[in-house]
Amino acid sequence: MSSDNPATVAVPTNRAPAVSSRVVNFPASSALPAVSPTDAVAIDAREVNIFYGEKHAVIDATLGIPARSVTAIIGPSGCGKSTFLRCLNRMHELTPGARMTGSIRLNGENLYDPKVDPTVVRRRVGMVFQKSNPFPTMTIGENVTVGLRLNGVRDKAFLRERLEDALRKAALWDEVKSDLAKPGISLSGGQQQRLCIARAIAVQPEVLLMDEPTSALDPIATAKVEELMNELKRNFTIVIVTHSMQQATRVADQTAFFYLGKLVEFAPTRELFNNPREKQTEAYITGRFG
Amino acid sequence: MPTATTTMEAPTTATAAQRMRPVSRASEFAFRGLCLAMASVVLVLVLIVGYQLWRGAGHTFHRFGLSFLTKSDWDPNANSFGALPFIYGTLVTSLLGLLIATPLAVATAVFLTELAPNWLRQPLIFLIEMLAAIPSVILGLWAIFVLLPVLNEHVFPFLQKTVGFLPIFSGTSFGGYSVLAASLIIAVMVLPIITSVSREILRSVPDLQREAAYGLGATRWEVTRIAVLSYAKKGIFGAMILGLGRALGETMAVTMVIGNANEIKSSLFAPGNTLASVIASQFNEAADDSYRDALIAVGLVLFGITLIVNLCARLLLKFGTADAGAVH
Repeated sequence: MSSDNPATVAVPTNRAPAVSSRVVNFPASSALPAVSPTDAVAIDAREVNIFYGEKHAVIDATLGIPARSVTAIIGPSGCGKSTFLRCLNRMHELTPGARMTGSIRLNGENLYDPKVDPTVVRRRVGMVFQKSNPFPTMTIGENVTVGLRLNGVRDKAFLRERLEDALRKAALWDEVKSDLAKPGISLSGGQQQRLCIARAIAVQPEVLLMDEPTSALDPIATAKVEELMNELKRNFTIVIVTHSMQQATRVADQTAFFYLGKLVEFAPTRELFNNPREKQTEAYITGRFG
Repeated sequence: MPTATTTMEAPTTATAAQRMRPVSRASEFAFRGLCLAMASVVLVLVLIVGYQLWRGAGHTFHRFGLSFLTKSDWDPNANSFGALPFIYGTLVTSLLGLLIATPLAVATAVFLTELAPNWLRQPLIFLIEMLAAIPSVILGLWAIFVLLPVLNEHVFPFLQKTVGFLPIFSGTSFGGYSVLAASLIIAVMVLPIITSVSREILRSVPDLQREAAYGLGATRWEVTRIAVLSYAKKGIFGAMILGLGRALGETMAVTMVIGNANEIKSSLFAPGNTLASVIASQFNEAADDSYRDALIAVGLVLFGITLIVNLCARLLLKFGTADAGAVH
């Protein structure tokens, strides 16, 4: 009965799936060179269940997220996509009453091992939020380097170097290089969000989680952030939750569709949108609900 | 038949607007007038109090001029009045009380908003509110029976032994009645208001700020420091100012423990007096007019100091907002 459960799907991985009966592989698509079959899995989530008190928010989700690519998570409001994203860096633990079962491995290491400190997980898995949230009392420069300084980095030259590198990667350097001492909140909304991306990547995380990063931005700022993601995936594994299916088709190499807490389908983006395997996926992407 | 048609037509032709009561200008006028009258009562009261203080103090200031503020001898028998010891006592006890209470209050507020489990939060908030509801005179009694003996027998000797080389921690104790005891009692009295206001300020810090810090791998302490306290520091300063306002005017409990000595001593173990406590403790004995006028003048000085301190605080707060720059 579990073999025909469509809720658990995974992209092909190098490692042999431990729960192969629950994992439905799909053939690697040659149309998408970004997901080559040799790509290593960065995040390996197995049978993840998340509860908020009595609410079963994510049900039995198993998927492997390939390294150095963009993975989009789509689905209607309340489908558990943000919850799933937040459990990838243990942010959901900040919500009182949240519980999680299953396992999540980052490059082979179990993030939920009792010996692992959640703050260490969040240093390896950075996050960008729905609304830009620079620290209002800090300058642009301080906002970018705050993560490094929290980790005890005091070397001025190194901080300066990371500051420039992070701002360049976030495509913000040219706009702010002469204003580094100005407050972070003096920037425009789109610039603030790119500042938050710079802040997240300054600590050189392995994975960057983005929770609807453009939902508060205008189309031009959105295009900039999307372009940025395309650049960033050379160095980082990116997981983005988005309300916009168009955005998923523009930025994501593979897309996961969540519905009512279940992972319905996970496939290369073009395949999921052109040739969905599941009826629910088809109904959602053709706009029949959600 | 015609009557039938009119009754038939009446309900269909009368619009909703026609059925409504005409707008009553009278009630609107009465409402405005009443609110204005009530609000002006406050203004009138302040003006009356200010005028009475001014008139009463007039004789004293006429006689002593500004030396009333700078002279430090207060001798009713010699008919010589200088309020400096009380100005000094008020400022020292208030600032020291604030200095003791603020770290306690902010730490309590941080505990309540960031750390406390739900089952502990509400009872603690209730207890803090209860602390604010304890009458001043009860706190004074508690201080006399519990705090002063402890200070006299344990705290003062300990401080003298360890940091006694500092002038503020030297000298003899007079049964615990002292400037320090008054400062401690003031700290207890301003603790609830600073805690409650700080808690409201911390609660108003957006969760997104906390998540930004958590997302960078910050520990709880680091989140509190970089995302919560730095965001809220101006509001916490405002909470301190509210506390200071209370501290400056605190009378009953202070009068009971400060020892009522009309002189400036460098030691915190020595008794003293504040502007408020000298009025409370001496008004009954002020038999002649000049003595009574001098006490009223002390009241005017207290009025003025409270005003100046609050104004300075507001300016500081305004000046402080400039560095955060333009928000959006």
